[in-house]
Amino acid sequence: MAAFGSLALLIALALAAYNLLAASLALRLIATGQQARISPERLADTARRAGIAGFVAVSAAAFALVYSVFINDFHIAYIMEHSNVALPGPYKFAALWSGQEGSLLLWAWLLAAYGFVLRLTHKRDVKLYAYAGAILAAVQVFFLAVVNFAAPPFALLKGAIPEDGNGLNPLLQYPEMVIHPPLLYLGYVGFTIPFCFALGALMMRYPGEKWIKITRVWTLVTWLFLTCGIFLGMHWAYAVLGWGGYWGWDPVENASLMPWLTGTAFLHSVMMQEKKGMMKSWNVWLIFSTFLLSILGTLLTRAGLVSSVHAFAQSSIGDWFVVFLVIVLAVCIFTYILNRKHLKSDQQLESLVSRESSFLFNNLVLLTACFVVLWGTLFPILSEYVVGNKVTVGAPFYNRVAIPIGLFLLILTGVGPLLPWRSTSMRSIKRNFVVPVIALWVMAIICLVVGIRPWKDGAIDQGNFYALVAFSISAGVLTAILSEFGRGARVISKQTGKNFFVAMYLLVRRNTRRYGGYVIHIGVVIVVVGLAGAAFNQNIEKELGLHDKLNIGPYTLECMGFTQDSNANYNSEYAMLDVYEGGKKVFQMTPEKRVYLATEQPQTMVAIHSVISWDLYVVYEGANPDTNQPIIKAIINPLVSWIWAGVLLIIFGTAVALFPSQKPAAQKGGQ
Amino acid sequence: MGASARLTHWLKTAVGAPSSTRRLGKGWESTNPSRSSLTFWLKGAQALALAVAVCFSLGASDAGSRFNNLGHRMMCTCSCAQLLGECNHVGCTQSGQERSELAAMIANGDNDEKILGAFSAKYGATVLAAPTAHGFDVVAWIAPVAVFVAALLGTILLVRRWSGVSFKTEKAAFKNGEFETDPAKAALRDKIRRETGADGGF
Repeated sequence: MAAFGSLALLIALALAAYNLLAASLALRLIATGQQARISPERLADTARRAGIAGFVAVSAAAFALVYSVFINDFHIAYIMEHSNVALPGPYKFAALWSGQEGSLLLWAWLLAAYGFVLRLTHKRDVKLYAYAGAILAAVQVFFLAVVNFAAPPFALLKGAIPEDGNGLNPLLQYPEMVIHPPLLYLGYVGFTIPFCFALGALMMRYPGEKWIKITRVWTLVTWLFLTCGIFLGMHWAYAVLGWGGYWGWDPVENASLMPWLTGTAFLHSVMMQEKKGMMKSWNVWLIFSTFLLSILGTLLTRAGLVSSVHAFAQSSIGDWFVVFLVIVLAVCIFTYILNRKHLKSDQQLESLVSRESSFLFNNLVLLTACFVVLWGTLFPILSEYVVGNKVTVGAPFYNRVAIPIGLFLLILTGVGPLLPWRSTSMRSIKRNFVVPVIALWVMAIICLVVGIRPWKDGAIDQGNFYALVAFSISAGVLTAILSEFGRGARVISKQTGKNFFVAMYLLVRRNTRRYGGYVIHIGVVIVVVGLAGAAFNQNIEKELGLHDKLNIGPYTLECMGFTQDSNANYNSEYAMLDVYEGGKKVFQMTPEKRVYLATEQPQTMVAIHSVISWDLYVVYEGANPDTNQPIIKAIINPLVSWIWAGVLLIIFGTAVALFPSQKPAAQKGGQ
Repeated sequence: MGASARLTHWLKTAVGAPSSTRRLGKGWESTNPSRSSLTFWLKGAQALALAVAVCFSLGASDAGSRFNNLGHRMMCTCSCAQLLGECNHVGCTQSGQERSELAAMIANGDNDEKILGAFSAKYGATVLAAPTAHGFDVVAWIAPVAVFVAALLGTILLVRRWSGVSFKTEKAAFKNGEFETDPAKAALRDKIRRETGADGGF
């Protein structure tokens, strides 16, 4: 199987190289009008078919690796290092992306899969797709070269073949880990497609904005994958790492956030180009940056340039990525300089107070946020280089710098949709903003009344202050967006005579993109409310003997003992805790600690009871060796479930936005 | 004059509350609407920024909150990449010792700067969870603000450039309380938006 996999990867590399060369030659012939023995159109088509065949070859390699994991083929070094006989089936599948070589193979496979779809749908615009396909082939050549020569997943083990493997990293043995990395990679890799279209359109001086329309679905779906990947990662960190939080500003987390921020900026500013023919250069550079940040993030975390808790992803392939990054940047700059006149805006701004301006400011804030994350990630390297002193840039830095930026962005989330395109009047502003501003202040007063005050014991309480501001702005933004729905539904209701809710449905169906976007904004607000809840965390740690009790929030936890269990994969210890609320037993929690046999590494399995107001989060920290009694840490994490609910709304909103709008009957008849 | 009285005095001076109220009273819309309202909002924003800055410069006072505060400004040195105040590794060899040292220093009456300095000297600069406000570390704090301000100015200049002549006309229109340059067009757009409930899509 190792030979089969290696051969498949070599064939895939050869096909990608042919795709690149043949497509480049064909496009050159078409551009110059030169005659050749084979018609350039036919040559371009052979290139396209090579790309399709390349997908089959990479799929065969990926299959070979997964199959080898399942048959415990430990003479392949990668499988020996990342799997073992007793590893449950789903995690054997996850072994594909649990190490450097496998995850790069996954990257190459996803790239080939995206390319497969792109090359099958080429009839929408043959020439543009040929350009995009050629650029994609160039990216594929790089990744396939890496998996063939720098990080081969089918490298064989030297010496005697062990009977069992080292096993999968315990941190990765969690259900979400089976879907989080592929989703994240779908996001990272997916941004290659809009990048290819943007660069291709610039190279061929593509007339009009059609390429934007073609890539819209690609970009939105990719953005959704990345969003889901990031939030699943947060949930994994929350449920597995056992420290009670979900985001630690680790460089690997930051690496995923940066392309998300620029991708989000692109999704907004691209509307300016579609509607007004503006910001063409800006959009091209946004999508270039998004792709480059995906590569930079990979470089930072895999080359070991910055220290990360995601140690399983580090290796020495950094040089490859540095070279690739420099080449891509050079190509982007060169192409832009050569063709920048083609990107001249068609129109001008009419007013500072308009939706166009709000998109500009939205981009400004998103890019500043991206810079902050990049700066915080790179500053330890910079500090070491300049003053020879490595420093830590952790949560306190980001909390102080990124939270105000996030709150500003939240305000824009509400303000933007209320501003019309082109220009507005003072009367319109008053009409649209009065109710949201009232809602904001009402929420601020309610927060103060219920005890969320930005001061405590005569000193400022930073957490409470941010929570107060976040809740107040969220109320204003939510009111603004809902009032937009209400206003539109009332008009439809008046026109059609349907009731309000049917009118609301019709409203959304008529402009799915706009109202899907609003639903996403609502989801973002809900997520922010959930994040702000972190200001009110409570925690307690206690050693519990039999029938000892621990009080936290409205709950009383009574220890009913602790016991041990084992299976072929791990040994576990867990505490049994009866949870009482209002003197009545409501449920039992069993926080656990596992020690995996293959790796001999311990792993926390947190017990979480989630309700709308908070999560009761209980960690079994092990038994005290002196008293042999379990040490329990209990945390009340307010509003955490709002974060996950917000993400579901974001997914729903994106699905709505992807759905085609229903044309009005009159328009249908006219066509 | 105490600190709080000085602050109140400064805020009053900055906002210019009584005189501003007089100026903005009855006739602000008809005389010079944009300028006076703009001044008011600018001063308000200035005062708010100062109030927030003053609030954030205040520190936590009692031992418990100081322990919590400092515990969240330092890292556990066991390579777990967690804040000292949040590290909960079973059998962690570092966090317990660090916490004891922190508690002892607080009990000893040492100020925050001395404690952070002592930890930094003992465990290395990486024990501090964020760059300090001294030396090259200051760059870490300044750069994001500088970039934001530069980007903001850039955006404003860009808007001015893109809007060209119409921006000047807009300024004139702004003085009259209207952003729309052509009243007939404004009325028509308002009518369309009102009757369709939409303004051309997201």
